[in-house]
Amino acid sequence: MSHEAALHNHEGHESHGHDDHGHHEHHDTFLTKYVFSQDHKMIAKQFLITGMVWAVLGGLMSVLFRLQLGYPDASFPWLESILGKWAKGGQITPEAYYALVTTHGTVLVFFVLTAGLSGTFANFLIPLQVGARDMASPFMNMLSYWFFFTASIIMLSSLFVETGPFSGGWTAYPPLSALHDASPGSKTGMDLWIISMALFVVSSLLGGLNYIATILNMRTKGMSMTRLPLTIWALFFTAVLGVLSFPVLLSGLILLIFDRNFGTSFYLSDIYVNGVGALSNEGGSAILFQHLFWFLGHPEVYIILLPAMGMVSEIMSVNSRKPIFGYMAMLGSLFAIAILAFLVWAHHMFVTGLNPFLGSVFVLLTLLIAVPSAIKVFNWLTTLWRGNIRFTPGMLFAIGFVSLFISGGLTGIWLGNAALDIYLHDSYFVVAHFHIVMGVASMFGMFAGVYHWFPKMYGRYLNNSLGYIHFWITLAGAYLIFWPMHYQGLAGMPRRYFDFSIWESFKQFADLNRFISTVAMIVFAVQILFLINFFYSIFKGRKVTVLNPWESNTLEWTTPINPGHGNWPGEIPEVHRWPYDYGKDGHDFIPQTTPVGEDETETH
Amino acid sequence: MSLILSVAIIVFIFVVIFQIAKASEYVSILKGEEASRQQNNKINGFLMVAFLVLGFVGIYVCNKAYYGKTQLAQGAASVQGEKVDEMLFVTLIITGIVFVITQVLLFWFAYKYQEDKNRKVFFFAHSTKLELIWTAIPAIALTVLVVFGLRNWFFFTGEPPKGAMVVEVTGKQFGWIFRYPGKDAVFGKKYYKNIDPATNSVGIVWDDTYSKDDILLEQTMYVVKGTPVKLILGSRDVIHDVGLTHFRLKMDAVPGIPTTMWFTPLYTTKEMREKTGNPNFAYEISCDQMCGNGHYSMKGVIEVVDQEEYDLWMAKQKPQYFTAFPEKDPTAVPVAAADTTAKVATAKM
Repeated sequence: MSHEAALHNHEGHESHGHDDHGHHEHHDTFLTKYVFSQDHKMIAKQFLITGMVWAVLGGLMSVLFRLQLGYPDASFPWLESILGKWAKGGQITPEAYYALVTTHGTVLVFFVLTAGLSGTFANFLIPLQVGARDMASPFMNMLSYWFFFTASIIMLSSLFVETGPFSGGWTAYPPLSALHDASPGSKTGMDLWIISMALFVVSSLLGGLNYIATILNMRTKGMSMTRLPLTIWALFFTAVLGVLSFPVLLSGLILLIFDRNFGTSFYLSDIYVNGVGALSNEGGSAILFQHLFWFLGHPEVYIILLPAMGMVSEIMSVNSRKPIFGYMAMLGSLFAIAILAFLVWAHHMFVTGLNPFLGSVFVLLTLLIAVPSAIKVFNWLTTLWRGNIRFTPGMLFAIGFVSLFISGGLTGIWLGNAALDIYLHDSYFVVAHFHIVMGVASMFGMFAGVYHWFPKMYGRYLNNSLGYIHFWITLAGAYLIFWPMHYQGLAGMPRRYFDFSIWESFKQFADLNRFISTVAMIVFAVQILFLINFFYSIFKGRKVTVLNPWESNTLEWTTPINPGHGNWPGEIPEVHRWPYDYGKDGHDFIPQTTPVGEDETETH
Repeated sequence: MSLILSVAIIVFIFVVIFQIAKASEYVSILKGEEASRQQNNKINGFLMVAFLVLGFVGIYVCNKAYYGKTQLAQGAASVQGEKVDEMLFVTLIITGIVFVITQVLLFWFAYKYQEDKNRKVFFFAHSTKLELIWTAIPAIALTVLVVFGLRNWFFFTGEPPKGAMVVEVTGKQFGWIFRYPGKDAVFGKKYYKNIDPATNSVGIVWDDTYSKDDILLEQTMYVVKGTPVKLILGSRDVIHDVGLTHFRLKMDAVPGIPTTMWFTPLYTTKEMREKTGNPNFAYEISCDQMCGNGHYSMKGVIEVVDQEEYDLWMAKQKPQYFTAFPEKDPTAVPVAAADTTAKVATAKM
């Protein structure tokens, strides 16, 4: 069997230094195989592991600022030993608190959930599931990772600047972000933040163009667009969203650089800074940046969420042993979400003094998104109905995703309605909403993907029991952390407050804050457990012995257990059907490569 | 030391969990992977329905513990706020019904349709009828919410009724400045380059005759119960936000671009102290837009009083013009005795 050869050549050496098996094809050095690799699978792993590093750092930051919120009066001497002047006397300073909140937001949204989630799975799954040997441009793909890596290094270095990293919130609204003297974090830290984000935009454009080109041009024989797995459709729309919206953010950031350093007034007008005096800038609009930012910022939410939706659809169908319900409706709703994503950005700006009529248009368009979202939820539910569900850890996270997507999506209906947003805007209600629907739900999508495709990535399994522990504690923890935050929001508690003790209206939640902080720490610890499982299993996990461990229909499972660069040792297989023929005509599953039989009931 | 100890404990717990998980993997291989997979499937299926039940218990407990601490329990303190609360409950009911139905179905289906060797799955790829139903129902529900919401939105953002009081609010790092137009009911012009933190914190143009009676205050502003008040918002430096939790409104204060909001307070501060049973109750203005390191302490207070008390208070306010140019103050210059009484009056405030 030709698969055998490829299998042995790569066995167990996907991710560490010994390259003594690399004698097939051409000689791969350590550098070309693990560092400057052009193999989409290796680049995917690079994105994943870099994303994990950032997830740990970003998560640790949230633990630190939750410590302040939960225990505002306590002092922790060890904090001073790790943070130095940022935690004098063992208490986090407001500067450090805001820097942590800002970096946590930036890192989680962009580096973890954009690069780590869509970068990983777009790279890994697109060529494997459409039946291509690699991306359209493997070299550009490699550059995409290295731009991300450079962006990461610059963001990381901003943590060590004397005046501290940027601390004006991940949305970086000017004038706060434009004026060096408005806040210590707006000095060098902000320049580094902008440079890092600019490089990140380049990375995501290089990646996105590649994903689109590959999906459109490099599908194998028989793989028509409507035979693509929903993962690929989701990743396709994600890439389109990114390519169309990231440049707008870049333009906004460039104007910000000019305002900061070259004396222009795009965003600045009528400003008097304490201790500096009146500035000469007149005629700019501070709100302009918000339009440019949210024109990316809202599609960004779907850039994060769509890949998770796609993977959940795929994993749910495989493990329910049943076709995804309403393939075309799923596709249509993805398309609708992608279009609407560009038409709702101003719902983040209802209280900026936006023209009320314009606001009303954005209310209408925003609430319209609930329709395709509802279709997706009902279709997932129907996929489970009368299925035969296998609770693999991947499947558990997929179910958890749907639960969180419902919970967080429904509060979106509250916030999208301007007349309610005028009360709830920038309160903990918003924090709860977007953490559940965008943060935790997408994380669940990412975990589902990692558990499901780990055998394909490393030829080994993750430990199941640890997976179950990871899932149940994380799901319960996510609800315990974020559900009560809705109540804080309904009390009007504003987000980004260092301390609530001076506020008669908001100080009644001290015990709740302590509870939330404690749960957050436990959940963080459980994520570390997942990482241990991940890295241990790369080297020591139970070996995969069958080509298709989940009995799945899609093409990636027709490759050898440890596919080499090029994915299939022989011809790329031809596709004869859609990927969701599960439980059809008494067959448990019919892979896409199986030709349509004469007596089959329905073809797709 | 305690840090090392707690790290050691955490590491120990990790090692134990990890070893157990490892061992269970070996056991599953010994027992036969298929058998142990089926057993795990049963456990997880049960946990699905357990999670559903415990989840609803948790929601009940959470609601019991914290509903009383929200603004909803206390009730809104403005005409606008009452509309917000009403709309909030309607939205809660609609989304709440959807929440319960979908979550119950999700976890119940997961439990009910867990793997069973004898079940034959139902090949059900699509149904146009079903898909149309769950496109139409959300669309109708949302239309109701949109209509309801927009009616309120245009009321909130529309013009206040005639006779509304007008106050200008300016944010700065980190506090609030309030300007009343004085007897002529017209604000004098301002220009930011005239700002002088000591005597002219918003940059009033003193040449403008309308500016002569403008009153400047910091920290606390007064409004009248039952009288609509329109706030003209601005900022001196970065973007701030006037958050009025009890009135259920907020609006950004943007440098260079004036914004407005208006509301009609329903209860005086005193009445609210009785209503809430909190002797320290205050209508706090919270800054709701990240504005720098002092963001969390950027507090203002709105005193809601009745007309009589307001008139008394207003009578005691001195136009800022006389603070900036004490020599032009007619009450201060001519008679020394009058000057001291004025000072006593100010001191009493």
